Amino acid sequence: MTPYSSFLFFIILGILLLPTMILGTMGKRFRYYNVFVSIVVLAIIFSEGGSGFFSLIAFTILQLVLIKGYITYRQTKNSSLVFYVISLLSILPLILSKVLPILAVDNWASFLGISYLTFRAVQIIIETRDGLIKEQLSIFQLVNFMLFYPTISSGPIDRFRRFQKDEEKRWAPEEYKELLYKGINKIFIGFLYKFIIGYSINSYFIMNLDYIADGKFSYHLLYMYSYSLYLFFDFAGYTAFAVGVSYIMGIRSPENFNKPFLSRNIKDFWNRWHMSLSFWFRDYVFMRFVFLMKKKKWIKNKMLVSNLGYILLFLLMGVWHGLAIQYIIYGAYHALMMTGFNFFETWNKKHKRWPTGRAMTIVSIVITFHVVCFGFYLFSGKPFQ
Amino acid sequence: MNFKERVLQVIAEVCEDDVVKENHDLDIFEEGLIDSFATVELLVQFQEQLDINVPITEFDRDTWNTPNAIVDRLNELK
Repeated sequence: MTPYSSFLFFIILGILLLPTMILGTMGKRFRYYNVFVSIVVLAIIFSEGGSGFFSLIAFTILQLVLIKGYITYRQTKNSSLVFYVISLLSILPLILSKVLPILAVDNWASFLGISYLTFRAVQIIIETRDGLIKEQLSIFQLVNFMLFYPTISSGPIDRFRRFQKDEEKRWAPEEYKELLYKGINKIFIGFLYKFIIGYSINSYFIMNLDYIADGKFSYHLLYMYSYSLYLFFDFAGYTAFAVGVSYIMGIRSPENFNKPFLSRNIKDFWNRWHMSLSFWFRDYVFMRFVFLMKKKKWIKNKMLVSNLGYILLFLLMGVWHGLAIQYIIYGAYHALMMTGFNFFETWNKKHKRWPTGRAMTIVSIVITFHVVCFGFYLFSGKPFQ
Repeated sequence: MNFKERVLQVIAEVCEDDVVKENHDLDIFEEGLIDSFATVELLVQFQEQLDINVPITEFDRDTWNTPNAIVDRLNELK
């Protein structure tokens, strides 16, 4: 069963989480009961054919061996080569799952959520390299974090140390009640976004575009706007479910969206859209790349370093979505927009030509909105059909 | 220069703005004084000028957001 796709899923979840809510409001610990819920829900999600149950098990074992092995290694030594090899092995299943379909062979490596789970694992390896995770982690801690079911299929991508703090926290009844209230509120926002607004845009507008639009250009233009809105409401709705259910379980999973269509520029947009993904790339790809370049003094030019960082980040983000033409072009498009904006921002800092004020803010928002919607239009694959 | 002044000097250099020396509780991310690129610059400068190694993953925007907060964190890591 795909998570959050049917009312049956919510009913099952509601029944399973009832004891968690009761224990929480009484101020009792529910983490062990939550383990039971997790096992049941994972069984429901992965018992369906094609969801890749065995690949998930193999993947989890591989990541456990890599992480535990690397923590032990890192306690005494710290070679860059070992770090890169371990990281590569950790991403290998994800690479396979993207490459196998192109080779037209059976995609045995893939399972529901592999793209998101890989990020959780790699992040632990990187933080171990940085010396932030020093003590050996137990299999329970790792599995609990990696296979946290509310966010397993499409994120948000949490961070291990943050997750762990919530997981170990003993919530006072008042604190838990507030958490529960917020969680339930989020789930209702999810219903509104995904099943009412998103569903309506798709079935009443996008599906009927042939009759609504009166020409090729207007068809594609209307598709661009409606698909962008649909994508937001569908994904933000899913995220609200995932975060809401996490809250009920006492885990404050990070948010993914912060009014993305009100962004003032493309940089601002990436701080508001699919945040847990873009922050992951920012912290673990862009900043590390820039740091390496600066420390080794390989490239001196600031502009060049940051632009190369953006190109690397967005091309990676593109192929992470899938090895299809629309995702690669989507990544390249955003790389171009970010580097373009980078030049503009630096130039404007010196010359101050871009006026400020309320009216200009609105102009900036409208321009950014169109840049972003065109990106989603590319992402949808419509122009390549 | 004491430690705090040295840290503030580094932040001011990276932000290219002396306002951080006057208002120690300014949120440098919200004010747009610093972005992820400048953050890395800041970490490199901490390492080179103050000899304090701050891993990128340690630098959390919620707890390293003001000059005062940065001084406190660096004091912990010293």
